[in-house]
Amino acid sequence: MTAKTLGGHPEIQVRALHKSFGDNEVLKGIDLEIGRGEVVCVIGPSGSGKSTLLRCVNLLEEPTKGQVFVGGTELTDPDVDIDAVRRRIGMVFQQFNLFPHLTVTENLTLPQRRVLRRGKAEAARVAAENLERVGLAEKADAYPSSLSGGQQQRVAIARSLSMGPEVMLFDEPTSALDPELVGDVLAVMRRLAQEGMTMMVVTHEMTFAREVADRVVFMDGGVIVEDGVPARVIGAPRHERTRHFLSRLLDPAMAEVEEETSNQVGGSD
Amino acid sequence: MTDTDAVVQPRKKGLTRRQKRSLSRGAQYVVFVAAVIAFAVSADWGRLKNQFAQADIAEQMFPDVITLALKNTVLYTLSGFAVGLVLGMVIALMRLSSVGPYRWFAGVYIEIFRGLPALLIFIFIGVAVPLAFPGTEIVGGTYGKVALALGLVAAAYMAETIRAGIQAVPKGQMEAARSLGFSPARAMVSIIIPQAFRIILPPLTNELVLLFKDSSLVLFLGVTLEERELSKYGRDLASTTANSTPILVAGLCYLLVTIPLGFVVRRMEAKAQEAVK
Repeated sequence: MTAKTLGGHPEIQVRALHKSFGDNEVLKGIDLEIGRGEVVCVIGPSGSGKSTLLRCVNLLEEPTKGQVFVGGTELTDPDVDIDAVRRRIGMVFQQFNLFPHLTVTENLTLPQRRVLRRGKAEAARVAAENLERVGLAEKADAYPSSLSGGQQQRVAIARSLSMGPEVMLFDEPTSALDPELVGDVLAVMRRLAQEGMTMMVVTHEMTFAREVADRVVFMDGGVIVEDGVPARVIGAPRHERTRHFLSRLLDPAMAEVEEETSNQVGGSD
Repeated sequence: MTDTDAVVQPRKKGLTRRQKRSLSRGAQYVVFVAAVIAFAVSADWGRLKNQFAQADIAEQMFPDVITLALKNTVLYTLSGFAVGLVLGMVIALMRLSSVGPYRWFAGVYIEIFRGLPALLIFIFIGVAVPLAFPGTEIVGGTYGKVALALGLVAAAYMAETIRAGIQAVPKGQMEAARSLGFSPARAMVSIIIPQAFRIILPPLTNELVLLFKDSSLVLFLGVTLEERELSKYGRDLASTTANSTPILVAGLCYLLVTIPLGFVVRRMEAKAQEAVK
């Protein structure tokens, strides 16, 4: 592990994490640290467990074994006030998950008012500020269904930011978008990274990972195979499985038909 | 074997499939119209008119049939609906609860009250409750009893409707709310239930129509003159005048409300269909 910790204790710490769905073991012992202000992209083939790992970090999935710490608080402690911890963790979903019965502004103000108990004026001010931040101030009164996927995802990011999180988790934020809409969302995320937000991003966007991430984690078969700076993991991968994944991803047309070997598990490094 | 021949060589019969279809449709239509006409001709309209459509009797029903009977019907229905909605919501949440005994209780409740005729519930409320709790009066007198009886029945149906509505809200909505720090209860109230109600508005309105008709069962509770609703009022008047015109007028009063409500439901369903597209 080459965890770069920028300020004191790591913002996110995952220790010996296991997660099974029935007999299917999806995570087989994950250790990961993410320092304050660090941007970590998690890449890997589908079914590698990367989304499950991310969902374990805010306990949307209950880990079977192991520990998760965010900002020094153990989320896996059975007595933890999970709602209080989640307020510090923003989550952006592949399917946006905006509240369709509320306008864009209400999507941003309702959680602040109900969860953080902010006053009406304060919530509206924070909402306007964050809509400005994602470039959608003019959509304040629109309903989510009238927005494009890219706009909905930017609203979803603004909704998370309105809660003032210390950490942002992104679960394939651009995978449900038409290709021409991906850029706007990535631009917002890039700016967020530059402003110093701690980010854990599950993504297939290699250009984003290479240019924005401080570290890239490659997962396969429920374990972390490689973890390092983007230039190393993406530019000069050490492991055959990483090389194989990247070659298929970067040039899908060239991939050969092959047997199901990629799902088998080896050791992590 | 002739069937197979027809399939293999349809052209030889001279009629295309389309022509056959319109021919058969035309025949059905002729039979239908003939049946309606035969029925209409054979009925003795004169006697029916005498028994059901006496203008002077109909006239003397106004304005009481509206200001008293229809008003009471609406009152009974709305109070029953209110009780049913609150109780139905509680039962639906119990049915979805992670606590086993709650789920079990809700399941039993729904099966019992959906399986029993509303009439029996009315009799039960009228007879059993005073026996079981002597000296206690149900709040609101007859109005309270009707609200309770209709509410108990409606709650069973509404609970199932509400549960289906809650389950129809995508899972991601709860996940988004929880990751913003909402507690499960708060997420349910602020995020899930408002969306569920949009989905179940048409079936809930249908339930209102059903209750509107079931409110006629109040006559089994025994009501004062002032508490009569449409059916009881119509029947009473029919026996004093020895003529059935009041029944017809009362029936028309029901339709006066149920037909517009049905129209509203269809509008809402069409709008919901559009929203899905």
